[in-house]
Amino acid sequence: MGERQVELEVLRYNPETDREPHFQRYSVACREEWVVLDALNHVKETLDPTLSYRWSCHMAVCGSCGMMVNGEPKLACKTFLRNYHGVIRVEPLRHFPIERDLVTVIDDFVAKLTRVKPYLIPKEPKSVEAGEYRQTPAQLKRYKQFTLCINCMLCYAACPEYGLIPDYLGPAALSLAHRYNQDSRDGGRGERQEELASKEGVWECSFVGACSEVCPEHVDPAAAIQQVKIRSTLDWYQEHLMPWLKK
Amino acid sequence: MAEEMNGKPYVRPITSEWIFRHPRYLRYMTREFSCLFIGGYTLLLIAGLKSLSEGRAAYDAFLEALKSPASIVFQVVALAFAAYHSVTWFALTPKALPLQLGEEFVSDGAISGAHYVVWAVLSLGIWVLAGAF
Amino acid sequence: MAKSNKPIVWGPFAAGGTVTAFVTPALIVLTLLVALGATPELLQYDALLAFMRHGLVEVVAAGVVFVSLWSAAHRLRITCYDLGVRADTLVATVVYAVALAGTAAAIVYLSRL
Repeated sequence: MGERQVELEVLRYNPETDREPHFQRYSVACREEWVVLDALNHVKETLDPTLSYRWSCHMAVCGSCGMMVNGEPKLACKTFLRNYHGVIRVEPLRHFPIERDLVTVIDDFVAKLTRVKPYLIPKEPKSVEAGEYRQTPAQLKRYKQFTLCINCMLCYAACPEYGLIPDYLGPAALSLAHRYNQDSRDGGRGERQEELASKEGVWECSFVGACSEVCPEHVDPAAAIQQVKIRSTLDWYQEHLMPWLKK
Repeated sequence: MAEEMNGKPYVRPITSEWIFRHPRYLRYMTREFSCLFIGGYTLLLIAGLKSLSEGRAAYDAFLEALKSPASIVFQVVALAFAAYHSVTWFALTPKALPLQLGEEFVSDGAISGAHYVVWAVLSLGIWVLAGAF
Repeated sequence: MAKSNKPIVWGPFAAGGTVTAFVTPALIVLTLLVALGATPELLQYDALLAFMRHGLVEVVAAGVVFVSLWSAAHRLRITCYDLGVRADTLVATVVYAVALAGTAAAIVYLSRL
């Protein structure tokens, strides 16, 4: 239970008084086993109550505390101080507008997530009396990894294409849509394709793969997006070159 | 809350600095730059085809031109980039084309490995066919 | 939101990425052998001319040239955008045109063998 003196450099922005953000340095007495979020909480409690940031569960489940730590998108609750040397630079998630300090405006992501209909659209509606929709372990495994997304948006901060093309639907929304497309109980792929196969859907992805590298839950959005590209390409050739196959 | 604020959210400018932010982005750009060498080499092959269609003298001049230092440097660099493209392509293939047998997915390593085997067999086949050995 | 026609350009890109991954390094090794003075038998004038005159070889050669050039062109287009060139339509027109022109030239030369 050693002590550790940590130099934090936090990007501050107050929309009422600041024209642009600036770094503020805090010297924090931390415990050896603390994570970045603990250090921020300690700053807020003992040094500077004006510091704003989002957090909730402190256990990598809620997805609220995503921020840039030394330039990398990280969950602050999962990022141990002992893995860093020297000054630790903490900034709001890249590619999102800054609301205040480390708090970003996430409306864009929420709107995109809504557009791809990330919920089950049953193939055939079933009454409660008719019983549950059954699924084999193999059918479950087909989409399971994509259910682990916690909407933390680290993948959006890592994706250069999202930074360059703000209209791009982005990794998490696309891989969550894919999660439902892959579900044997779902019949909504046709509806989702209107978004996924649009220019702003999978086609803005250039397979950098950064989304999958930074995902704290080890989801593989890059894989989901390539799979959708291949399906959409087959769809297109079928629709345009083999129209007689159309349902 | 938002209504009480006077100021607006701050939008950070987008720059090209991201390429150098983490080695993964440099690796990505390296992979993408392989297109210049693969495309350039294909144009070189087209030039070879042209000389072949123009007769023995033109073709022998093409083979001679391949021996210039600039050509050797280009080919060595192109070979490095082309091989890098192959390695990255086979690493990414299991993601784009996963294979589920029964309940389990075939491991990424097995799918990549199968591609390496095909790559080796094809390369050997091309060299044997060309009488390189 | 209309579905995109990107599959037209992406299909040959993906095919070309796969083909070049499998064959381009082996081809470069062959011409490097020429450069180093150890010209493989098949690359001698008479042997190559006879080989390239096969109908199937001509079709495969034209196909490899097309998808190789096309996938390189498509990647170059995206790289230009990544590097901050915003004239995507212009870039796309130029690179795809070069790929098509190169393929057409290759077909013409093949037909003259």
